[in-house]
Amino acid sequence: MTRDIAVVAFAQTDHRRTSEELSEVEMLMPVLHEVLDRTGLKTSDIGFTCSGSSDYLAGRAFSFTLALDGVGAWPPISESHVEMDGAWALYEAWTKLLTGDADTALVYSYGKSSPGPVRDVLTRQLDPYYVAPLWPDSVALAALQAQALIDEGYTDEPALAAVAARSRADAQGNSHAQLRGSVPHGDYVVHPLRTGDCPPIGDGAAAVILAAGDRARELCERPAWIRGIDHRIEAHSLGVRELTDSPSTRLAAEKAGAFERPVDTAELHAPFTSQEVVLRKALRLGDDVRVNPSGGALAANPIMAAGLVRIGEAAARIHRGESDRALAHATSGPCLQQNLVAVLEGEPRHVQ
Amino acid sequence: MTTEVLKAPLVVEFPFTRSLGPVQSAFLTGLREQVVLGVRATDGRVLVPPVEYDPVTADEIRDLVQVAPTGTVTTWAWNPAPRRDQPLDTPFAWVLVRLDGADTALLHALDAPGPDAVHTGMRVRVRWAAQRSGAITDIACFEPYDSDAEARPADHDGQFDDMVTGIVAPARLDYTYSPGRAQTAYINALAGQRIVGERCPSCRKVYVPPRGACPTCGVGTAEQVEVGPGGTVTTYCIVNIKARNLDIEVPYVYGHIALDGADLALHGRIGGIPYDQVRMGLRVEPVWTEGGCYPDHYRPTGEPDADYETFKELL
Repeated sequence: MTRDIAVVAFAQTDHRRTSEELSEVEMLMPVLHEVLDRTGLKTSDIGFTCSGSSDYLAGRAFSFTLALDGVGAWPPISESHVEMDGAWALYEAWTKLLTGDADTALVYSYGKSSPGPVRDVLTRQLDPYYVAPLWPDSVALAALQAQALIDEGYTDEPALAAVAARSRADAQGNSHAQLRGSVPHGDYVVHPLRTGDCPPIGDGAAAVILAAGDRARELCERPAWIRGIDHRIEAHSLGVRELTDSPSTRLAAEKAGAFERPVDTAELHAPFTSQEVVLRKALRLGDDVRVNPSGGALAANPIMAAGLVRIGEAAARIHRGESDRALAHATSGPCLQQNLVAVLEGEPRHVQ
Repeated sequence: MTTEVLKAPLVVEFPFTRSLGPVQSAFLTGLREQVVLGVRATDGRVLVPPVEYDPVTADEIRDLVQVAPTGTVTTWAWNPAPRRDQPLDTPFAWVLVRLDGADTALLHALDAPGPDAVHTGMRVRVRWAAQRSGAITDIACFEPYDSDAEARPADHDGQFDDMVTGIVAPARLDYTYSPGRAQTAYINALAGQRIVGERCPSCRKVYVPPRGACPTCGVGTAEQVEVGPGGTVTTYCIVNIKARNLDIEVPYVYGHIALDGADLALHGRIGGIPYDQVRMGLRVEPVWTEGGCYPDHYRPTGEPDADYETFKELL
């Protein structure tokens, strides 16, 4: 029989355009302390630690090893790393807890985009034979997807502007967000995407703690139980994919149980306005679902942490009693190549 | 007092040499010869660019066909400000093009006067690069071409003289590296020929070089402590193979040196003593060269050897 596992605590940095005065571990450490403080756990109490980050952001090999100083990795701990968004580190931690090998897990991820040209850096994750030699940047690839959506009549530029405006207005209530309030829609970066359709480039980190069964109840008044997680990937070549849809997101959602009952909240990792259109369709989200009350990735997009932030934000809403059943989505790669969906639930609240 | 955090340009540059499988080899050699090849997938679709494994079934596929150098734009994006290494240095459109005879689309650039001249469904053709080597960049770009869609793919054996079997994909990324607060303090001290660490507020250990965190306690460190200049060799090795671009005669000794007051050993070369006389417990001090920003090597101080008990915890 499987065990019930919950997100019991979440913390994130203020996401900023640059944090050059801090090393990665210096940026990360306050977040690690905050998430531990929320549960009263010490690093030595943690059964498994898993992190997500990318060497290409840091421009250095094995950069994640330095961040390990922040978790007190001596004496040796049970630890793992994914060269992916921290949402995938959470997936690994969740499976570890499912096996019964650990009862608690610390998951963290961070990204400092400020040192390098992130649009160019991300080209290095593309097919190295046919695509990467052309250096198509991340905005260009998202723009191809946006144009395909417009051509098919799924959206238009005013509708995209409305997604941007709603996201940044919602981010007013999120003190960690980088872009808040009224943000000009701006000029075209790569047509049809304008600056307002694109995420801010910034640095940030996030951390969550997972716990199993009764341990979760001890650590959190209203744990956000993970009812299911799944992640799927699209074909590698962009020209093979149907860019106006996201079958991988839909399949992941189905396998995570998202369609069994309606959700009230969805935290979608859609760095570009057009990607929210794709995800809403793939996830069959109606207008009654609160989408990205945190402001989403359009308000703060720390690469490698923004997906984990979605899970954390969804869980925090359950912790606060603002949601009973939430969907969290994370993506990685160009044009929503890889997609992870988690379904989180709070236990029924008693009527006062 | 806050000091300015150091930063400096950091260029990461690498020429990735990649070998090609049979299908990629045929495709890229074909481009050199101005022939565009696709591969037939298990479901009969023609994939261009071709892949070696079926995206649906994962079966190995090798059934090559030739498609036309003309095609139809399936989606596009106008790029007003080309970035370094992109196919054109004047504003252009990124396009996915379904070549005539293909069922999937190829990503490339389209040379057009402006966004008003581009639309989904427009007809385009390949503009070949003048110099071709067997790479995706042998297609310089696409250009508008008013024509009807041409016929069907023709079988092709994928064989050419002098097949391309690999590509070299150069990459360069420019960063502005900043080592953060703790390492900035360390580097600034080195410039003054001093070595500083930071003390953990919890376990009181002094870490050098400091990274702003205690790896044992997982807490931030801030209290600066000057260590050395004297130190003790805790362990060492004798290097017998000369590294390229290193003008140090072999054999030489590389050691771990616990500077006085530090709870972590640094490493460095040990000189000023025959290699076979270096020993655990040897007392050493750093030797700085004129303008050097770190100790060139460590040399014996002439003091009596340190007792094993005094450094065994630092091994």
